[in-house]
Amino acid sequence: MTETSENTVETYGALQDKVPDQPPTSQWKDVWHQFRKHKGAVWGGGFLLFITLAVIVGPYVWTIDAQKLDIRAKDMRPIYVALWDGDAKTGWNHPFGTDQLGRDILANLLEGGRVSMAVGWLAMALTMVIGTFVGVTAGFFRRADGLLMRFTDLVLSLPILPITLVAVTLFRQPLVSRFGPEGGMFIMIVGIIGITSWMQTARIVRGEVLALKEREFVLAARSIGTSSSAIIRRHLLPNVISPIMVSATLGLAAAIITESALSFLGVGFPSDFPTWGKLLADAVSRMEAFPERVMLPGIAISLTVLSVNYLGDGLRDALDPRIRGR
Amino acid sequence: MLTYTIRRLVLAVPTLIFISLAIFLLLQLAPGDPMAQVPLTVPPEVKQKMREALGLGQPVHVQYYKWLVQMFWVEPQVLIDYYFGTGFAEGKLRVISWQTRSPVMDIVVQRIPQTLWVVGTAYVVAILIALPIGIYSAYKQYSVFDNVGTFVSMIGFSIPPFFTGPLLIVIFAVQLEWLPSVYNTVHKVVDWDSFVIQLKQMVLPVMVLALQITAQLNRFMRASTLDNLNQDYVRTARAKGLRERTVVLAHVVRNSMIPVVTVIALNVPQIFGGAIITEVIFKVNGIGQLLITALFANDLPMVMTLTFIFAILIVVFNIIADVLYGVLDPRIRYD
Repeated sequence: MTETSENTVETYGALQDKVPDQPPTSQWKDVWHQFRKHKGAVWGGGFLLFITLAVIVGPYVWTIDAQKLDIRAKDMRPIYVALWDGDAKTGWNHPFGTDQLGRDILANLLEGGRVSMAVGWLAMALTMVIGTFVGVTAGFFRRADGLLMRFTDLVLSLPILPITLVAVTLFRQPLVSRFGPEGGMFIMIVGIIGITSWMQTARIVRGEVLALKEREFVLAARSIGTSSSAIIRRHLLPNVISPIMVSATLGLAAAIITESALSFLGVGFPSDFPTWGKLLADAVSRMEAFPERVMLPGIAISLTVLSVNYLGDGLRDALDPRIRGR
Repeated sequence: MLTYTIRRLVLAVPTLIFISLAIFLLLQLAPGDPMAQVPLTVPPEVKQKMREALGLGQPVHVQYYKWLVQMFWVEPQVLIDYYFGTGFAEGKLRVISWQTRSPVMDIVVQRIPQTLWVVGTAYVVAILIALPIGIYSAYKQYSVFDNVGTFVSMIGFSIPPFFTGPLLIVIFAVQLEWLPSVYNTVHKVVDWDSFVIQLKQMVLPVMVLALQITAQLNRFMRASTLDNLNQDYVRTARAKGLRERTVVLAHVVRNSMIPVVTVIALNVPQIFGGAIITEVIFKVNGIGQLLITALFANDLPMVMTLTFIFAILIVVFNIIADVLYGVLDPRIRYD
């Protein structure tokens, strides 16, 4: 009798792992681990961080005013041109050269980057807020589902670029007169991009919420009397954060490109207000003589968008539990 | 399938009417005045008369109704008259452009061939490049070819057309002087030499458009082929002793084409939208460029009609994509 009981105790002791083989890992630690495996994503994330910091801090380090006209130092070439063309007008005081009015290009790039990145981040945030709101509402409340999703389908079949062009051109005047030429355009462009690009996010979030709300933990929450808004805040939103993050990266890239495209077509910000797209568009007419004025902002846009796309690719892999750990 | 198609087509009508209403109201809210360019010496009452002549004096719903009638009733009649020489539309008012005072549809019909040529060629080129590369990258997953292909299509994805356009112009038109930078739309192809000139002037815009589409399609084709390569039927086909060529080309590719074909159909309207920028860069006078000039000239009927044409494209190609999916994949049943 005593023997058997001792035996059982010993068996249990042998079966139970007192100390786990590995220290426990949190979900976000796993995500970070998987994310680090994707070299492109790490580079992309790093570059995005770098360029965001550069445009925030840059104007304090490189203190030349982007709008300052210096007609004596106009049309200077970037410093690297001196490598193959000794006679070119270059100088270390303007490392990236100056434009036809003598405005420093580096300062303009930093200043323009500020606007482009601000538009990108804000428009992306607005897109995510609208998309998540519509998606969660449609997924969680069955009554709103049909109406909201029909509406989403309708907006999806609107021709976005033409409509954006129409809206920006036609509503420029009232907004500019109310908020000033820069502020008005800023609100306009962020608003337009936000209003016209939330549909994909809404669809993805709705799908996730539809599946999540049938799960046991939501039932448990409801059975102890949690209100709908608390269920959404505490249980649903944390669980849909990964698809939202992935579509946020896509949204950021799309917003930067849309803003630049509008500026390029001449319906964006006013002409003395630099953004990357605006700088590129202004330089196109003289690009035979000064190709760097097209190249530099173009490269800035492309590299930023490329890094954001790689970041999104890595995030998608890292946040997908089926891929993670393989 | 037929019932489904008919149901979708019937449902498309309210969708299109709603979209047209949305665009119309957007334009109504716009503060622009078509009389803004008229000299100040013209007295206000004459200006008011001119506004009324443009149909601006009436309430919004009357204006919208008249636009609907003109667009869906009179314009088709004009088309029938044109083809069969009948006289249905005689004396009826058509949608008139404020810029040129001529019917909007006549101008659109003049412009559409240029857009179609450039966009269509770009799409065909992109499909011909993207599909083989996508299939081969998936077949040799994680090989050097695959990694390079992924990187290149990431770049194609990320570089906006308003950068690739000027870039290619600088390289091929300015530095190398191989190709013209401006698309000459009055150029007529009559013999071999003029055909070569036409080909040359199409290369740059087609390249810019095709780069983006290629990048997108390539990713889809690769993902879809990868999904299929691990399926059981592929192992069975190999076990039967079929040649690798047959396994990949006859079994895998055919199955992985199903989602790709629908993506190709879905993307057509997007390409038309994206062609706006390419048309502006290369001065192709297609419908995208027409939209931009109409916008700057405050020509609301033209803007309305063009935007609506883009909307029709989206709705129609959505239906085509869904129906194609059902036709190609017997596992999909809509009824």
